[in-house]
Amino acid sequence: MFEILGYTFMQRALLASTVIGIVTAVIGVYVVLKGMAFIGAGIAHASFGGVALGFLLGLNLIATASVFSLAGAIGIGLVSKRGELREDAAIGIFFTASMAFGVLLVGLLQGYNVDLFGFLFGSVLAVSREDLVLSVALGAVVLLTVGLLYKELMFISFDPEMAQVVGVPAAQLYYLLLALIAVTIVISIRVVGVILVEALIVTPAAAAYQLTDDFHRMMGIAVGIGVLSAIAGLFLSYWLNVASGATIVLTATALFALTALLSPRRRRASTPTAGGSEVPS
Amino acid sequence: MGVEVIPAVELENVTVTYGRTVALEDVSLRVAPHEFVGIVGPNGSGKTTLLRTILGLVRPVRGEVRVFGLPADALGPMRHRLGYVPQIAPVDIRFPVHVLDVVLMGRFGQIGLLRRPTAADREAAYHALERVGMQHLADRQIGQLSGGQRQRVFVARALAVEPELLLLDEPATGVDPGARGSLYELLNQLHQEGMTILMASHDVAVVSQLVDQVACVNRRVVLHGRPEEVLGDEALEGCYGRGAIFLAHGRLPHIVVRRHPEGETPPVRPPEG
Repeated sequence: MFEILGYTFMQRALLASTVIGIVTAVIGVYVVLKGMAFIGAGIAHASFGGVALGFLLGLNLIATASVFSLAGAIGIGLVSKRGELREDAAIGIFFTASMAFGVLLVGLLQGYNVDLFGFLFGSVLAVSREDLVLSVALGAVVLLTVGLLYKELMFISFDPEMAQVVGVPAAQLYYLLLALIAVTIVISIRVVGVILVEALIVTPAAAAYQLTDDFHRMMGIAVGIGVLSAIAGLFLSYWLNVASGATIVLTATALFALTALLSPRRRRASTPTAGGSEVPS
Repeated sequence: MGVEVIPAVELENVTVTYGRTVALEDVSLRVAPHEFVGIVGPNGSGKTTLLRTILGLVRPVRGEVRVFGLPADALGPMRHRLGYVPQIAPVDIRFPVHVLDVVLMGRFGQIGLLRRPTAADREAAYHALERVGMQHLADRQIGQLSGGQRQRVFVARALAVEPELLLLDEPATGVDPGARGSLYELLNQLHQEGMTILMASHDVAVVSQLVDQVACVNRRVVLHGRPEEVLGDEALEGCYGRGAIFLAHGRLPHIVVRRHPEGETPPVRPPEG
């Protein structure tokens, strides 16, 4: 049944999916708690312009996608800071523009054998050795950065204003978080594509959120669900002979549905909470 | 004040605008170290903006703000010794974080980047919870608390900093009368211990009994002086506008409203009890 593991392409796919499962889940915890889900989707879509440009110019697609997604991330950060335009409106403008640009370029490429579908929805079995090395290296950078700034990133997700008051560089950390989201998206594009990558960021973290009210545990559970979705989804897609990116995403969705049913939050919502002990002792 | 001391807070001709709206105009204010200053004024008069300007969260378009002699946007390590309790903390109460963790976050600035909180940090956070009488709820997720309990947790977070300067914006918001009494008693104690405190409040009765100095803000600082000077009938009318008069019921003064100016709802603090 697992003889498939003997193939190099499958080993690469498995390793790449696992790395992405971990990194997207970790970043996803901050994205979900800080209410940045739409920002994540925006950055992901913005990277499509970069993918198409890379194709046209014959450059490394991860490099050109990085430029676009980072530019999108910083643009979103700048707009949300200045506050002249609603952040969600700005994201809507940016990411559709970048996608439209990508579509135009793809039009120019007609006649070439462009795996457009693969970039939109992922093609994990096409992960090259180079892609894998790059994913692992960039994924390690993201995880290391989060590890070092774990408590600060939690603080700015919870209460950025107070973080600033006590001298945590909240504004700079917000840009850093946007950049980390951008890098996470770029390394995930090969496996799940620009359209579906948002699911890997949001779904495992949202599922973990259903199961615990402890930040650290949420992080651990999210990683578990992310990795499980990636590996189980990959095998399912092989056995069922269906698209791998979509299967990974739907596996995560199924796990989310399960956690929503099991959620202690749901149970708690129907029982009275800690009111009544207001009288000082 | 004969002896020259560096003021804890000093504003010089400070003007703050939000777009075209002028929130503070040409405000000058000095707060001596160890002083407890009450900031009163009608709704929308700039009390919150005044506190946020001192914290460096809002930059003035004109004028200078200094905290312990340093510019508000370049405080250095003193930055880690500011305690702030916002009127309504802009947080998602469903955030998966426990009461003690919230208080501990107050110390993240002084702990510094790349370092983890130590046992001493946890102890300081727990002690701050004890001071607001919330240590028994240290393990609760913050969404499980009532609004008033949560407000006291945010007071504890400000105290966990071990602040040189404590700024509070209507700290009694949502806190029930019993707990409110202990909160004010706590502020009084902190004041006795030598902490410099600025508290925005429209509870004039409380302010007059707790503080050394009152600043009455209405876009400008209209008055600044000892409570008995500032909280007089005519003086207060100058700050709150013509509609308001100042009544003393026994020892508790209240603002009541004589008549409503058109299209405006003046602040009303009806007599309690």
